[in-house]
Amino acid sequence: MPADQTEAAAEGHTATASRPDAGSRRGRRDAAALALKDVPHEPGAPKPDPILVADGIKRQFGGLTAVDVDHVELQRGAITALIGPNGAGKTTFFNLLTGFDQPNSGIWSFNGRSLSGVAAHRVARLGMVRTFQLTKALSKLTVIENMRLGATGQRGENVFRALFRSVWGAQEREITTRADDLLERFKLDAKRQDFAGSLSGGQRKLLEMARALMVGPEMVMLDEPMAGVNPALTQSLLGHVKDLREDGMTVLFVEHDMDMVRDISDWVIVMAQGKVIAEGPPDSVMGDQRVIDAYLGSHHDAVLTEEEEQEVLAKAEEALERERAENEETAQ
Amino acid sequence: MDWQRIIINALEASVGLQAVVFALAAIGLNVHFGYTGLLNFGQSGFLAVAAYGLAVTVATFDLPFWLGIVFGLLGAVVLALLLGIPTLRLRADYLAIVTIAAAEIIRLTVRSVTFEGTFGGSDGRQGFAGGFYDLNPYPKRQYNIGEFGFNERQMWILTVGWVLVALSCLIVFLLMRSPWGRVLKAIREDEDAVRSLGKNVYSYKMQSLIIGGVLGSLGGFVYALGQASIQPDIFGTDTTFFAYTILILGGAARVASPVVGAIVFWMLLSLTDNVLNEAIDAGYISSSVINNTQVGQFRFMLVGLLLMLLMIFRPQGIFGDRREIALDAR
Amino acid sequence: MHKRLALFLAVLFSTLAAVLGVGAGTAQAEGETVFGFLFQRKGTERVAYEGVTVAVKGPKGFTGKATSDAKGRWEVPLPGPGRYTVELDTKTLPKGVTLTDETKKSLKVEVLEGQTKPVLFPLGKSTRQVESKWSQAAQLTAEGLRFGLIIALAALGLSLIFGTTGLTNFAHGELVTLGALLTWWLSTGVVPFFPDFGGLQFFPAAAIALIVCGLFGWANDAGLWRPLRRRGTGLIAAMIVSIGMSIFLRYFYLYLFGGSTRQYPDYRGATGIDIGPISLAAVDYWSMAVAVVVLGAVIYALVNTRIGKATRAVSDNPALAAASGIDVDRVIRVVWVSGAMLAGLAGVLLGLAQGVNFQIGFQILLLIFAAVTLGGLGTAYGALVGSIVVGMFISVSTLWIPVELKNVGALGILIVILLVRPQGILGRAQRVG
Repeated sequence: MPADQTEAAAEGHTATASRPDAGSRRGRRDAAALALKDVPHEPGAPKPDPILVADGIKRQFGGLTAVDVDHVELQRGAITALIGPNGAGKTTFFNLLTGFDQPNSGIWSFNGRSLSGVAAHRVARLGMVRTFQLTKALSKLTVIENMRLGATGQRGENVFRALFRSVWGAQEREITTRADDLLERFKLDAKRQDFAGSLSGGQRKLLEMARALMVGPEMVMLDEPMAGVNPALTQSLLGHVKDLREDGMTVLFVEHDMDMVRDISDWVIVMAQGKVIAEGPPDSVMGDQRVIDAYLGSHHDAVLTEEEEQEVLAKAEEALERERAENEETAQ
Repeated sequence: MDWQRIIINALEASVGLQAVVFALAAIGLNVHFGYTGLLNFGQSGFLAVAAYGLAVTVATFDLPFWLGIVFGLLGAVVLALLLGIPTLRLRADYLAIVTIAAAEIIRLTVRSVTFEGTFGGSDGRQGFAGGFYDLNPYPKRQYNIGEFGFNERQMWILTVGWVLVALSCLIVFLLMRSPWGRVLKAIREDEDAVRSLGKNVYSYKMQSLIIGGVLGSLGGFVYALGQASIQPDIFGTDTTFFAYTILILGGAARVASPVVGAIVFWMLLSLTDNVLNEAIDAGYISSSVINNTQVGQFRFMLVGLLLMLLMIFRPQGIFGDRREIALDAR
Repeated sequence: MHKRLALFLAVLFSTLAAVLGVGAGTAQAEGETVFGFLFQRKGTERVAYEGVTVAVKGPKGFTGKATSDAKGRWEVPLPGPGRYTVELDTKTLPKGVTLTDETKKSLKVEVLEGQTKPVLFPLGKSTRQVESKWSQAAQLTAEGLRFGLIIALAALGLSLIFGTTGLTNFAHGELVTLGALLTWWLSTGVVPFFPDFGGLQFFPAAAIALIVCGLFGWANDAGLWRPLRRRGTGLIAAMIVSIGMSIFLRYFYLYLFGGSTRQYPDYRGATGIDIGPISLAAVDYWSMAVAVVVLGAVIYALVNTRIGKATRAVSDNPALAAASGIDVDRVIRVVWVSGAMLAGLAGVLLGLAQGVNFQIGFQILLLIFAAVTLGGLGTAYGALVGSIVVGMFISVSTLWIPVELKNVGALGILIVILLVRPQGILGRAQRVG
């Protein structure tokens, strides 16, 4: 078993084992705010302790340039939001960083290790785990099997050792214990034996996040964690995202809901037409004229009338639906 | 109509050579398609590679029997690698097209006049099974319970065949309850999700392709040895689709389903063949409607229809649980 | 829709039952013989050679002799199974006629019990002549183009159906066969279920055949695929249903048509027309013209007409197309009807080129798939380009590889191209995830 796998597995284990108390939740948030205090509010700003650094990432589909990012850094231990209008290239950028797609040019590194040309599964093993915009719950596997799948460095995943339960049985029990702990934390323990396909949209999002944690990541990348989630569950999901930071993980997420972005993120990166156009803490970014122009078109007032809000929402929904349809098309 | 004969024929067919061969082929497909979601439409190619590997080694090059088995198995592994390398990174339908094309390439090559010296052209190869029957522990006589029974050669190949089926089922069972099997089933559901969890999906798919191919190739050996001769056209696309019908009949992604499917399938075919033939002979059906040679065509029509109906109305097979099958997931 | 499906299957069953009223048997000759035809192909025409002597030697000092008749046929009865040597007396061949390979004038054959063993001596221009390589290449290119155009007709339909519904239709070859069989039936007057039909001229027969193909395409969609789409049947499940259908129809055709290959009565023999080094029959020229015109018309329709644009929109993104007011079901219906007619036309033309048999379409199914895949799955132009490439490759490659292995070459190239350019020749790379 490669060393990085063992480490990642071990780290994930301790991270979930030592849950922080409510008091330290503020602590991590303040620490992140403090670290980012002196960072200039401009695209490509250097961070004091970057976990991910990307340079000159470019991806073209035919004649269309989907992503063209000069330079971007992500602060370790912070929650960073990636926002931008539809077609801004956020998901493509996610795909590139996590090895699910290869850029035409560009270099990027995670923890100082170059990830150019590194396959998606290796990126995950290095500690950078993602979720998907359209949840990928493995519907014909049970919830607990979904969770167990997430654990890395499993002896029984080797075809020869798989034949003998005595070789992997003990480890399987450990993994199951850890999975059960996480399920309890995500309030999915009652659904343990259900097929993942029978869960609601929000529960699938929770399952996907919990399953990602089984990998023992240092950094979690969430592609629209709130999309399609029942409002009753959003608060709990938000809490879970914040908990990730408290557990010492770095979070990058794509989101459309500005209130949510303002609520949980320490830093916001704005993309439009494939480029990073602005960076900064949530409040400052949302006041930025470039962002307002790119994101909301003419609706530049911070406070929108109810009518305007409805209109923006309808537009966003329409665009989302289109993107989703596209995705489905691609998935076929 | 001789109902006793018809029933005995059906029983013999249900445990006979074809049932063994197709059970093995379908067990391999179950690993590919049932558990991993790989659309291998070239299973007949794996059977062909094994059968010809054995036949050519022994009959053409005059090498020992066990070496033929080794070459046949190696052939199956190499075929899996050749098929997998270009296609396993691509969409599922590409694998389907490439595997069916590869199986046809194999069939057309071994039946060609150009390579007749090696593969025997459309007449195929014979005279390679001696080494196998030399090992036969059954003394020469008929082994019967009433009218139902086999001679010593059939007993030997059927014993070996069913032992292979049992061992294959055991291996599949052990693998599929393990974390390795879990990864396979997860790949069937959504391979990107599995990739995002740090599993090397490509490697697992390749392992699945090899294991399923090798299990299927056992069917090729059993067929070749049971018939003591092989012809290229046995390994056409219809063979693959028979195996699919059997797999779906039994219910994909269950350990025993290919076996159940094969038994039921060959019993059904034997029944319809025999009933029709007897009915024609007895004059119940006019031979202007259907004659004895056309019974074979009727059998294929029946298989086609069976495959359609199963897929439409009972994709989970006879015993399967609809919630568990992957077929309607996409 | 459950009802409709059941109805469709009931119709399928009852046709099967109904046919049991017709059907013909084939007699099998007893005793071993070797036989063959001495002829040369000029385009699609067969020129037979009469009065050529063939000698047979066998075990236990057996010798036999035969001379070919007006059809070029010769036959030698044998005393029993075994290995025989069949030798052509090249001196009795007409002037200017030679074996393509002089070393093949004596052939060894194995005759099994009760077997009527065919032995063919390939006659024609010697393939060893180096100077004719170029004219041969020109001839093969022309034949390849003809074959490619036929594949293109079928591939276009397959590609449109795949594009709009996502179905990989394994029964597409049977649509091709249907066109050829119907044309043969109608033009000979030997129509199953309608014994007193009476023969038609080739063109009206082909026209009716295409209309029936179109209806069958419509029935396919209305009776089977639309109900399945409504039920949310997955693409892979649908693909397997189409495999079942392919097997069923193929053997149903065999039951109705028998196993032999037959020619359309109006086109049993035609004279070759030479253009430069290329020698094709008149029927080949106009069948290529028909294919080009029809393909052109379909492409024009796809680009310029309302329904064509709608078809491309549905191929591009069904959800979006539906949202913008396109009647997706209607588009798919039109695609099925036209796809089946295109396939039927391919069958009619293929029947002209190589004779009609019950699996004429199934035999080119993989080549159609290869064409569509090469061009990039689901792109109409890609299917065209891929078809021409496949047709040409198969034909021209016989300059270097044995004719019997030409399809092996084409399928091999398919695998290699997928390795290098997985999206096909004209396909685009797409976003994942």
